[in-house]
Amino acid sequence: MNSRVTDNLATVMLWAGALLVLLLLGLLMGHILIKGIGVIDFHFLVTPPSSLKAGGGIGPQIFNSFYMLFWAMLLTVPVGLLAGIYLAEYATQGPITNLIRLCIETLSSLPSIVVGLFGLLVFVNMTGWGYSLMSGALALAVVNLPLMVRVSEEAIRSVSAELSEASLALGSTHWQTIWKVIVPSALPGLITGGIIAAGRVFGEAAALLYTSGMDSPILDFTDLRPWSHLSPLNPFRPAETLAVHIWKVNSESLIPDVARISSGSAAVLVLVVLMFNITARWLASYVHRRMTAS
Amino acid sequence: MAKSGSHLVLPGLGRHVGAISGGYQKAIHMTLGSRFWRAAVFGRERGRSRAENVGRGIAFMCAALAVLVTIAIIAFITIKGLSTFTVNDVSIKEFLLGRQWMPDRPAEQGGPLVGSFPMLAGSIYVSLFAVAVGAPLGIIVAVFMTEIAPVWGQRILQPAIELLAGIPSVVYGYIGLSTLVPFIRNHFGGHGFSLLAGFLVLSVMILPTIISVSSDSLRVLPRQWKEASVSLGATRWHTIFYVLLPAARAGILTGVVLGLARAFGEALAVQMVIGNTRQVPHSILDPICTLTSAITLDMGYTVMGTMWNNTLWSMGLLLLTVSFLFIVIIKVVVKRMAPQ
Repeated sequence: MNSRVTDNLATVMLWAGALLVLLLLGLLMGHILIKGIGVIDFHFLVTPPSSLKAGGGIGPQIFNSFYMLFWAMLLTVPVGLLAGIYLAEYATQGPITNLIRLCIETLSSLPSIVVGLFGLLVFVNMTGWGYSLMSGALALAVVNLPLMVRVSEEAIRSVSAELSEASLALGSTHWQTIWKVIVPSALPGLITGGIIAAGRVFGEAAALLYTSGMDSPILDFTDLRPWSHLSPLNPFRPAETLAVHIWKVNSESLIPDVARISSGSAAVLVLVVLMFNITARWLASYVHRRMTAS
Repeated sequence: MAKSGSHLVLPGLGRHVGAISGGYQKAIHMTLGSRFWRAAVFGRERGRSRAENVGRGIAFMCAALAVLVTIAIIAFITIKGLSTFTVNDVSIKEFLLGRQWMPDRPAEQGGPLVGSFPMLAGSIYVSLFAVAVGAPLGIIVAVFMTEIAPVWGQRILQPAIELLAGIPSVVYGYIGLSTLVPFIRNHFGGHGFSLLAGFLVLSVMILPTIISVSSDSLRVLPRQWKEASVSLGATRWHTIFYVLLPAARAGILTGVVLGLARAFGEALAVQMVIGNTRQVPHSILDPICTLTSAITLDMGYTVMGTMWNNTLWSMGLLLLTVSFLFIVIIKVVVKRMAPQ
């Protein structure tokens, strides 16, 4: 076999591989959306699930997912951003920086079920909160932290050195330069990375099974006092998220319409992730346009 | 300004200071200099530098929090995970290599047995098979993206891979459960819940990790290497296979090991399609149980502090240990492989 034939065969193989992956993605998305879209209607999106009969919805689960995401991002974004700033701007070569990097790497490769176990010990049992939305949000924060640190370090490093040098030359301090020049220029990267990270957190389930629990208590959506035990805003109540709900109905539910609920929930989850990805790209280009005035 | 000796002193102070010996002179100069001059000229600078220090301190504490969390996770899981061996007196060998899983066998029949080898074997099988399928495909796609169609490959495949990475693991599990499992049952026999279903689902899930890490390492290779190879008369495939892939092998291997780690630690997607039978599989159509699925299934039904529950924590410790092992592999082997 001469080398030209080998080369052509290899090209065919590379194309086939790429097309196979695109085909797989197309099949997956098509399957999820075609099966799921028919299920989704207003009733499905707002009613609570039923425990025995068919016809339940996923209203509280959708709310819990977003509310937990809100708390998790509230906890991770500031810490992740500042840690990223430290690593990109201040950290010098040495054992402490190496330790920090090693720990972030370790955290990011930990199986999320292990984070869930840690959460069960610390955020559920030691705090005495029991299965609660806040315990889940803390576990999600641990899952999300390494990603957030990496996103912000990369975004900050990608800002051109000339910009910060110009700022320093005008007499501003390093800290002022970071907040007035570097972070604003890094904003498009921060936003994209942050929203995509939020999409990952939204679909996380393994870390939540034993931290925020597999039940959603009866909620009164007119009760907006966060301390009331009926209020959806109370962060110290069990809160089953959408991803956990899919797992639960498939493994231990008694309802007859498991397939319907799972297809609908899977479609909602994927649509939200899709929406996050598209928003991230759009918002980043919008912010970029606004800031560079081009 | 007047020079006095080798020291720079303030005008008007020179005569007094000049009479004092060098060391004192320097000390006085520094005190006066800092107190009067710096306060006058750089007064605001002092305020700023405090903000600078506080800001730097807060940023450092946030980075240090990652260290704290990691250490806390290691400490808590280790302490809890060792209680099987310290409190329940199970030997490590029995836990790792025992094949009998009867954690609730009453004492009169010989007491409980917590051999976790079937779960360990299940985890190893399912993740190795997943990498065997996912790694070649992932590397092919990475090469395609960087070498064959850099422009539109990047524009189409990059978002596609981000989307693939964004699909939640329970959704992968549910699709496996609703399509792959019946397909295997109808066309290959068995229950459908099998090692085969598990590793096929995982092989798709680890693709994004392998593709993005490998394509990053291919993209940073110097252009000249490729140009040199092509100018020597090598075909595109020869260049890819004999120059680019070997040069990027450290990064590609990192991607593969990260994929392996993800497959080994994945819980729910796997748990939904493998059948969760605690036995060492003899064929890829046999149902299996993994460490992660055993933890997921039993943690809610066992009471904290019992032997059964403690074994689950030991499995968690085992998962943690293996994920360290993967990091060590990446650090040591890959570093040795990187081109000098």
